[in-house]
Amino acid sequence: MEKIIMAKTGNESMAEAMRQINPDVVAAYPITPATEVVQIFSSFVADGLVDTELVLAESEHSALSACVGAAAAGGRVMTSTASQGLALMHEVLFIAAGLRLPIVICEVNRSLSGPINIHCDHSDTMASRDSGWIQIYSENSQEAYDNTIQAMKIAEKAFLPAIVSVDAFIISHSMERLEVLPDNEVQKFIGEHKKPYDLLDVDNPITLGGLDLQDFFFEHKRGEIEAMKEAKPIIIEVGKEYGEKFGTTYGFFEEYMMEDADFAIIALGSTAGTTKVVVDSLRKKGMKVGLFKIRVFRPFPFEEIKKALEHIKVIAVLDRVDGMSSFGSPVFHEIRSCLYESETKPVITNYIYGLGGRDIFPKEIEGVYKELEEIAEKGKVKNLINYLGVRE
Amino acid sequence: MASLKQLSAEKDLFASGHRACAGCAASIILRQVALVAGKNTVFVGATGCMEVVSTIFPYTSWKVPFLHNAFENSAATGSGIEATYRSLKKRGKITKKINVISFGGDGGTYDIGFQSLSGAMERRHDMLYLCYNNEAYMNTGIQRSSATPFGAHTTTSPAGTVIPGKQQFPKDLTEAIAAHDIPYVAQAAPHNWADFTKKVEKALTIEGPAFINILSPCPLGWVYPPHLSIKISKLAAETCFWPIYEVENGIHKINFKPKEKKPLLEWIKSQGRFRHLLSEKNKHIVEEAQKEVNRKWDRLLKMAEAKI
Repeated sequence: MEKIIMAKTGNESMAEAMRQINPDVVAAYPITPATEVVQIFSSFVADGLVDTELVLAESEHSALSACVGAAAAGGRVMTSTASQGLALMHEVLFIAAGLRLPIVICEVNRSLSGPINIHCDHSDTMASRDSGWIQIYSENSQEAYDNTIQAMKIAEKAFLPAIVSVDAFIISHSMERLEVLPDNEVQKFIGEHKKPYDLLDVDNPITLGGLDLQDFFFEHKRGEIEAMKEAKPIIIEVGKEYGEKFGTTYGFFEEYMMEDADFAIIALGSTAGTTKVVVDSLRKKGMKVGLFKIRVFRPFPFEEIKKALEHIKVIAVLDRVDGMSSFGSPVFHEIRSCLYESETKPVITNYIYGLGGRDIFPKEIEGVYKELEEIAEKGKVKNLINYLGVRE
Repeated sequence: MASLKQLSAEKDLFASGHRACAGCAASIILRQVALVAGKNTVFVGATGCMEVVSTIFPYTSWKVPFLHNAFENSAATGSGIEATYRSLKKRGKITKKINVISFGGDGGTYDIGFQSLSGAMERRHDMLYLCYNNEAYMNTGIQRSSATPFGAHTTTSPAGTVIPGKQQFPKDLTEAIAAHDIPYVAQAAPHNWADFTKKVEKALTIEGPAFINILSPCPLGWVYPPHLSIKISKLAAETCFWPIYEVENGIHKINFKPKEKKPLLEWIKSQGRFRHLLSEKNKHIVEEAQKEVNRKWDRLLKMAEAKI
């Protein structure tokens, strides 16, 4: 099978995947820096390259509400948003997940106001982490494309909605090499749309979203929790199939030089790419460093992460968000929690960086690795929670 | 157009056994709508009285497909269903004609769902939006809405010793939606079933968006004995407090003109929520309310006469 090599930004890559998926309905509201996804897709509709029904809603709240209606009516449904848009969808995120509707959002990670800012951090998707959506983070355009296609299949197998995200501007607006699959191969891979229900099947009427009180609510939520657990093998299976068919296998995370590493950085999104460069250069100098890139944050693969990190001496969790808990960031909390059971108990520190799109430089990442080395030498952590690249 | 006799022979699609209060007009309204719309219809209900009374899991009153999403997005949700319907029809996966009806109370329509409704109407989805207007947030215990009448007591616009009930006139939502220049907009009331069912039928026949605002007397919130709902509905029309009219392709047409307009005081006297207005010191409020009813009715007459 011949892949087509193109130069595409993160936004263009996700829009391209959406074109190839050709959903029944896209309901969306443009927002910086995800505007392009909606714009490009609108051109596809206008030029007849897809036959999707496009609903250009008057807000993100209505966009996702329309997605819920469209998916409950048996359609294959996608949308795109960022930041404030995802925040405005917040209420409906939980409903979409609770109704088990396999909607896919192509998301661009942008800071949440206030103060207002249009650049990258992960405060938007992290604020949605408990909403019952599968979350897949992408390092670059290629991953954004591959993840979008896989997310559609995963969502429809798990009957859970999924968010695929890329870093604002750093990836959404940067042109990169993209290998695009043939249209028919994408269609073959995702297969016929699988719907959890069909409101348009008027001969078999169902009531959805009814009032669920003390006597049943918990059982329904318990089912949803189980579905998130069951999504784990589905994600692995779909990632494996993608690899077998198209060359790149995807899992919950990517381990870069981790096998014999003493010191590891954990990162999500584009910073993983920058960190790989630093790992390469430090390895040349003889430092045993590695990168652990989290791709799937929901469901959280705690057993697999525990197993993968147990042998590391000191770990730094780099997070592009602060949970405002006064005790570090969400990814830090969860990594630390899953290593509590480990016998080796690696030392873990937290570095919060890049809020509001503040750049992170290889030098700073190198500094983190050096601090990890110092921690190992001294046997104690100076600061558990650190802020990287901020004027204090 | 089905007669009442014909309709009464049809199987109910909004089943009895729901948990609405005795005398609740909204449940009568939904039953009639479902009868007219028929089985090839998908309903979307906003959070509110009717969602609560008709869907408590594992029971349902709906013998047609029904979806509840949230409070403020019944119109947007319906627009999504309609989009899938259009998409599947285009792709040859569905052939039969299916109606989409979104509904909400005045809370879900006039207030929190106003934007969602405006958007869906502007996008010209082929759907009917029905507002059962009981003039306050009844589901949460009778709080004021922008549909609550001037002077009415609610729990958030109480008739106090200093402020005598709601201080603002209601928003004219019917005209606001008519200003969207959609093909069909109407006001109705449940005592006039023939007018109402005809309007529902019309709304479902025309292509594009339609909006019906139907007054929905509420014994609990309006404070009157439950057996009087239909009488009170009639009084709303006879006093011209709630004109029965339609706007078809931009042309206003009055469907009920009382021979002699009854004084608004009769309407006010019929409900406990206006009780405080009967005192001497609040007489001016009744007068102001009457003046507003006259102004709006005269305006409507002029528009209907001018065929605009």
